[in-house]
Amino acid sequence: MVENRPFLTFLTHAFLILGFLMVALPVYVAIVASTHDVSTLMSGPVPLLPGSHLIENYSTILTSAAAAHGLPNYSHMALNSLIMALAITIGKISISILSAFAIVYFRFPFRLLAFWIIFVTLMLPVEVRIMPTYKIVADLGMLNSWAGLTVPLIASATATFLFRQFFMTVPDELLEAARVDGAGPMKFFRDILLPLSRTNIGALCVILFIYGWVQYLWPLLVTTDPGYYTLMMGMKRMVTVQDGVIEWQLVMAGSVLAMLPPILVVVFMQRLFIRGLTETEK
Amino acid sequence: MDTKRTTFNNRLLPYLLLAPQLAITLVFFIWPAAQAVKSSFEREDPFGFSTVFVGLTHYRQLFADPNYLDALWRTAVFAVSVTVLSMMLGLAFAAAVDRLARSAKVYTTLLVWPYAVAPVVAGVLWWFLFNTSTGLLPFFLERLGIRWDHDLNGTHAMILIIIAAAWKQISYNFLFFLAGLQSVPQSLIEAAAIDGSGPVRRFFTISLPLLSPTTFFLFIINVNYTMFDTFPIVDATTGGGPAQATTTLVYKVYQDGYVGLNIGSSSAQSVLLMLIVMLLTFVQFRFVERRVQY
Repeated sequence: MVENRPFLTFLTHAFLILGFLMVALPVYVAIVASTHDVSTLMSGPVPLLPGSHLIENYSTILTSAAAAHGLPNYSHMALNSLIMALAITIGKISISILSAFAIVYFRFPFRLLAFWIIFVTLMLPVEVRIMPTYKIVADLGMLNSWAGLTVPLIASATATFLFRQFFMTVPDELLEAARVDGAGPMKFFRDILLPLSRTNIGALCVILFIYGWVQYLWPLLVTTDPGYYTLMMGMKRMVTVQDGVIEWQLVMAGSVLAMLPPILVVVFMQRLFIRGLTETEK
Repeated sequence: MDTKRTTFNNRLLPYLLLAPQLAITLVFFIWPAAQAVKSSFEREDPFGFSTVFVGLTHYRQLFADPNYLDALWRTAVFAVSVTVLSMMLGLAFAAAVDRLARSAKVYTTLLVWPYAVAPVVAGVLWWFLFNTSTGLLPFFLERLGIRWDHDLNGTHAMILIIIAAAWKQISYNFLFFLAGLQSVPQSLIEAAAIDGSGPVRRFFTISLPLLSPTTFFLFIINVNYTMFDTFPIVDATTGGGPAQATTTLVYKVYQDGYVGLNIGSSSAQSVLLMLIVMLLTFVQFRFVERRVQY
């Protein structure tokens, strides 16, 4: 602090608290709405204080209610979301760390070409090639399967670059010492590189878990079987009702369930999260 | 591009290590992209039996189509609004947190979590808040004499998705601006303070100019985010309506291709989008080189 200006400090606190309230407003309203019954919500604006239907609403969506929309229970969809997020996280990290290892620690023909092929994935997000990618997955018979849901999403240029950058900072002496002691490449990778990469892997885990958890367009394209629906698909189905009213208290309870896990991850692993965010830069 | 001074000299191993990444990239990224380019120059008959090469017809049709030009303009407005709104709020929060020493961590925690909220959830939360019959905000807007109706009013629908998309991105911008502010040399700030400039003036004459690399980087990232990652917000709330008022370029590719099965036009739109991403990525990487220098 350069100078002491109590009034300005007071203003700063006031501004930040106001800002937080503004940012938290939609989530607060969602939590409140998930504790009321449908008639309260339909009769005018949402109350600002919680109601008495909390347990009722949550147990409804966790066990049965969504069936009216042809949806599995939220517990089932939450499990699907978890499987998808974990598969994408583990898949991305495994194949990226291996490719970075190959690019940094070996000299071989077409090395640069391999690097550029990986780089190109940055420029081809799923959103710009919806139809042809769908067609390939369909041709390979991967619609409505875990492989179809996860494998096409695990190629990652950013994770590969992060590991490459990190490997470049690992001292050459480690490799030389390992070679003198007769360690082959995979032994060096397993016993030296992997333990050194622990923090980077942790940071990536946090970022990629969120990335996998919030996937929307891809599951929307490749899953028509409700058995594979994730929480995000559930959101979509619950709010696009053709006739009748949207059951807001259930939609909001579903939203709370869908956002809770990644928020908890960010709050409790904040250091790794910030590290992962600022180092992958995307 | 460099390797280590010493390397392993296995011949086959590096290819095996790269195989999974390259296989997935070729099958699910490069091949479909090539297909998109190919079918953007072709017309398929309705039964899919034969295809004819039609040259630039699809592209010419797109640029003659007022719907497409509208979507292009709308996406630009959407991207710039979300970027400016979320960057200004992110910067304001970062500047405020940077002033505080002890409570900075608490406020950081309070402000970072929206990053983890899925776009579709963010969209639905704001959609509920703006809901005409049960929402909180229309109730207050009514008192100000504004009749909120995003189901009929295109401008209202656009404002709704701008707010939802910007809300989610504030925490990202906040974190990068905060990191940028914390790396501004303390000596410069102190020197300016001794010369008699107050906090506001120091912010505008020292911190802000030194933040310009961060600002530029974030601008690109945010435009990229708004163009490509906001699909769920549009799809789950406005569905591109009313009357196309919130149909962004990505949403249109999805609508025309996956829903409308107009492969040729959808492919041409995909190719144009690829060109946009390439441009953004090029600018970003050209710039990241210089970014570390100041």
